[in-house]
Amino acid sequence: MRKAGMKDHGETLSAGSTLPRLENAGIDAWIIRLFDSIEESNMNWITALMRECEAALGDDLIDLVPSYTTVLVHYDCQQRDALQIRALLSSILSRLQPDEAAENLPIHELPVWYDISVGPELERLSQVSNLGYPQVIQIHSEHLYRVFALGFAPGFAFMGSLPEALELPRLETPRTRVPAGSVAIAGRQTSAYPQASPGGWNLIGRTPVRLFDRDRDGMSLLQVGDAVRFIPVSKEEFIRLGGDPTPVVRDRVQGGVQ
Amino acid sequence: MTTTHTSGHLNILRAGPLALLQDSGRFGVRRLGITQGGPADLHAWAWANRLLDNPWGNSVLEITLGGLELQAEHDCQIAICGGDLGATIDQQPAPLWQTIILRRHQILRFRLPISGVRAYLAVKGGFDAAMILGSRSCVTRDGLGGHKGDGSKIGQDDKLYFAAHTPDSLPARQLPESEHPDYSQQALLDLIPGAQIAEFRGDSLYQTFNHGWQVDTRADRMGIRLKGPVLQCHMKTMISEGISLGAVQVPPDGQPIVLLNDRQTIGGYPRLGTLTPLACARLAQCPPGHSVRFRATGLLAAQAEQRRFRSGF
Repeated sequence: MRKAGMKDHGETLSAGSTLPRLENAGIDAWIIRLFDSIEESNMNWITALMRECEAALGDDLIDLVPSYTTVLVHYDCQQRDALQIRALLSSILSRLQPDEAAENLPIHELPVWYDISVGPELERLSQVSNLGYPQVIQIHSEHLYRVFALGFAPGFAFMGSLPEALELPRLETPRTRVPAGSVAIAGRQTSAYPQASPGGWNLIGRTPVRLFDRDRDGMSLLQVGDAVRFIPVSKEEFIRLGGDPTPVVRDRVQGGVQ
Repeated sequence: MTTTHTSGHLNILRAGPLALLQDSGRFGVRRLGITQGGPADLHAWAWANRLLDNPWGNSVLEITLGGLELQAEHDCQIAICGGDLGATIDQQPAPLWQTIILRRHQILRFRLPISGVRAYLAVKGGFDAAMILGSRSCVTRDGLGGHKGDGSKIGQDDKLYFAAHTPDSLPARQLPESEHPDYSQQALLDLIPGAQIAEFRGDSLYQTFNHGWQVDTRADRMGIRLKGPVLQCHMKTMISEGISLGAVQVPPDGQPIVLLNDRQTIGGYPRLGTLTPLACARLAQCPPGHSVRFRATGLLAAQAEQRRFRSGF
């Protein structure tokens, strides 16, 4: 992995470019825009920035929403003035240093049973990529991913970047129900569905790991900036780890043919 | 909910299309993909609590489009603010924007929207519910909060609990009629221009602020789509980023969507800017077909307006 985001920004983030910049996001929020493209190394700066914002704003911080290239800072405008917060954020940016690169982070290892019964798009992926199942599984599970953002549903982690060989557009018609634990890909990203929900990503396997639990400290297993690797396991191991092997149900095709 | 001898409750006789408990919202967990929630009409919600001397943040029942019917199992002091959904108590019209004593066995019924689309029913002391991730706000999509804690909306035969009190000993209050919003008028929505506004074509910006817009039928707690001139933006999509309450995003079809309390935490369309919280509240009372306009405002003026509003609570 490349060293943290120096490409466009010189030695520090504030050196003479238009990034980073602060953009207004309403009466009580600023967006800090750090980058203009998705890179795994962005996250080293974003996690550092989040910590600095938490320390500087304390109880006047209402929410922080990190994502790929930005951090949304939502503050209490009953307590703090917009321009005062902007000045505070500017001073944080001028002295920001990145966190450790992913290689030095603890790695979440997510066991995955890759199988056509729980990951029906393995077939489409194999056709489009011209790779056999074992190669597809190897490529998906070898890469070390970063969590870019959480969104769509509680604990749903957008992870990347998926190797180019496995790039596949979203399904044209989303499924009405994707089972919990489904491991999926779309574009250059991968994720796992924390709970059953509708979804348009390509399913390639299933993890037995509980990704979101509101009674657990931190609630979401995966947090923005985390490093993640998928570990292929057999069906027996998947079940032993508490996984539900019920096959994905095909949505009924419109028009009632099947 | 666990009940104690000090609890009173209301029995839901008929649920209607959508009724949800809402406190001020769920904060501090949006980085986990968890939705903010909270009252779509902050103004009416805040007054419903204020009239009862409830602190800011007590949970209130947000009733959308009427159809709800409930019976009091205990005497209680209530207030109904926001949209006129034809509320009656034992067949008699129930007044809005003032405290009411609801007697044991009386039936409160919301019929159909007359003006506005959301009514806020508050009870003295607030409705009881478990705190889920720091809030009682009900977000059905996330399966979090509300009277059962699991994101379910109010259903028939459900009970809504509150701390028992003696309503006759409490002061009666009302909001002066001059302060009641008139939801039948065209809504004028204050918009703080955002960073992508310069990406829109000049004539599109002109149209944004000088044309009337119509509320589309695709309108819910996630967002309200507006119909009008097709806006052209040089930027089609963006890398997804955190989005504020009231963000006015413009997808490639050129029709703006105002994102409200149950919006997803991140999104990737260019934005004209952000509505003020009071503009969001006003918009949340507009039925499909209602006419709205945007008016540009400055950040500092908007912050001052919000502080004035909050200082009353």
